[in-house]
Amino acid sequence: MDFLQTLKIALRALRTNKMRSFLTMLGIIIGIAAVIAMMAVGTGASYVISQQIASIGSNIILVVPGSTTSGGLRTGSGGAQTLSSDDSKAIMTECPSVAYAAGTVRTSGQIVSGNMNWSSVVMGGTPELFEIREWPVVSGRPISQEDENGAVKVCLLGQTVAENLFGSADPVGNIIRIKKIPFTVIGILDRKGQSPQGQDQDDAVFVPLRTAQRNLVRSQRTGIVSAIIVKAKSEEQIDKAESEIQALLTQRHRISNVKEPDFSTRNLSEILAVAEKSSKAMSLLLGAVASISLIVGGIGIMNIMLVSVTERTREIGIRMAIGAKKNDILLQFMTEAVLLTMLGGLIGIALGAGGATAVSRMLDWPTMISFQSIAIAFVFSGAVGIFFGFYPAKKAAGLNPIDALRYE
Amino acid sequence: MSSVISLTDIRRVFIMGDQQFEALKGVSFDIASGEFVAIMGASGSGKSTCMNILGCLDLPTSGRYLLDGIDVGGISTDQLADIRNKKLGFVFQGFNLLARTAAIENVELPLVYAGFHSKERRQQALLAMEQVGLAGKENNHPSQLSGGQQQRVAIARALVNNPAVILADEPTGNLDSSTTEEIMGLFTALNRQGITIIMVTHEHDVAAYAGRQITFKDGRIISDSQTGRTV
Repeated sequence: MDFLQTLKIALRALRTNKMRSFLTMLGIIIGIAAVIAMMAVGTGASYVISQQIASIGSNIILVVPGSTTSGGLRTGSGGAQTLSSDDSKAIMTECPSVAYAAGTVRTSGQIVSGNMNWSSVVMGGTPELFEIREWPVVSGRPISQEDENGAVKVCLLGQTVAENLFGSADPVGNIIRIKKIPFTVIGILDRKGQSPQGQDQDDAVFVPLRTAQRNLVRSQRTGIVSAIIVKAKSEEQIDKAESEIQALLTQRHRISNVKEPDFSTRNLSEILAVAEKSSKAMSLLLGAVASISLIVGGIGIMNIMLVSVTERTREIGIRMAIGAKKNDILLQFMTEAVLLTMLGGLIGIALGAGGATAVSRMLDWPTMISFQSIAIAFVFSGAVGIFFGFYPAKKAAGLNPIDALRYE
Repeated sequence: MSSVISLTDIRRVFIMGDQQFEALKGVSFDIASGEFVAIMGASGSGKSTCMNILGCLDLPTSGRYLLDGIDVGGISTDQLADIRNKKLGFVFQGFNLLARTAAIENVELPLVYAGFHSKERRQQALLAMEQVGLAGKENNHPSQLSGGQQQRVAIARALVNNPAVILADEPTGNLDSSTTEEIMGLFTALNRQGITIIMVTHEHDVAAYAGRQITFKDGRIISDSQTGRTV
């Protein structure tokens, strides 16, 4: 018997009991919709995290000053002014696993351009900073080594700042005032989006480190930086680079008590990798919970198929008497079960995708429906049909034609 | 005349628990091509068991059954299904049509399992419908047809694959007397065209249409008589 005919017979059987077919499918519909929606939420979350990892830049180690005690008061981490531009240069030249190191200072202030003004973060950094953060300029030029060496009053604007001060006009070449000091805008940075902490990374202005140290921040000594951002040569070398930095700074700062250094290092990508892992575990868990409802749906299919086999015993007998082989009967009932689950799967995919999109619109959650999850859901719904349809179909195919014909 | 069916010492033993019941106790007969045979007997006489064996729905415990030259002993259930499909046509007491399925599709069913293409199926099925006088009723569902018409559809279904033998099990058991006459008339007409028909019945006036009557009692044949209406 050809497949088309089998399909036709199965479709007719499903149409005969429309309500029953729909209710049977409902279990699969709900199961598949749940799987699709959960996976969409899960992959959406991990996508956001991986985007954020990319926005920080890969293989990054952050070196920050430790705390200090003055007059019995301990400042928090980063309170001491112990890191210098020289430390940064030393890390870059002396640590073999380090690709780049950039000293940075950070302040905030009012930025004025003509009759517009905007309060923002002002970062001072050496030109390496933009290599480390993998953050190119989209118009104008980046900060050069000459700007850095000469402490030139130039700046790069983040997208948010540029929009708020200049609207749609091109800011490059204009003069802005940061804390009342005039700076020339030389370029606009590419859009970065949110940081993992939820800050708008584009709401910042960047100036050469030395310019910032001289004009914008106050410190006890010259050449003080508030943090050093380091990029390791590769992912494998992050841990090595971290210990090289620790050894170098311990030596440079003449630290006798290793337990209380005046600096600390943080491996950023590690923190984010953990966050990503946990979000993946979460989506896997959600998927597992959702697939339980699929199994329940499958049991429903099996139940109804068994009822259907009993109800149609006489029909099976007629078909057998007329020449249907065991396999013809088996295939007929299997096709019916698989058709039920696959139809349910398709409806479930549509519902799940729709639901996920609605949730992301209403609650502003990131969701992502991957082709992969749709393919998996579709194949899985078919597999549920094969698995739970096999026993009833086997039962039908195993009927004795004489008994089946006499069945009332 | 060549024999299309040849039974030699057919026995059929049913085992129920620790009890044995011999439904057929050594039955032998030959049926020639083109015969119209009525198998008669009270219930429990073994005629139904014999019919099941003739119809390749059941296998004898011992004995030899040749159908159109094929030894039906010791073959697989799938091969039996194939023989039923190609060599036999069934007509049942309860019509046994598929509900909610158009008459023409019921008639096509044996050809579906024989693997014919839809065009060929439709052509042959239309021919069979015409043969039983149901041209124009192709798209009616069984529930829209009278008992006699339903039985005609069943006969068309039995005819459609050009079988060696048509087996009819109490074909008029569910019909009133005028419809019975109509159906038996159809059988007689088909027999005149050379189709071999074997019919189980316990009604003497129905059996009278056949050219030969084989009567069963307690698992044995007690009479096998020609009534002179052979073709």
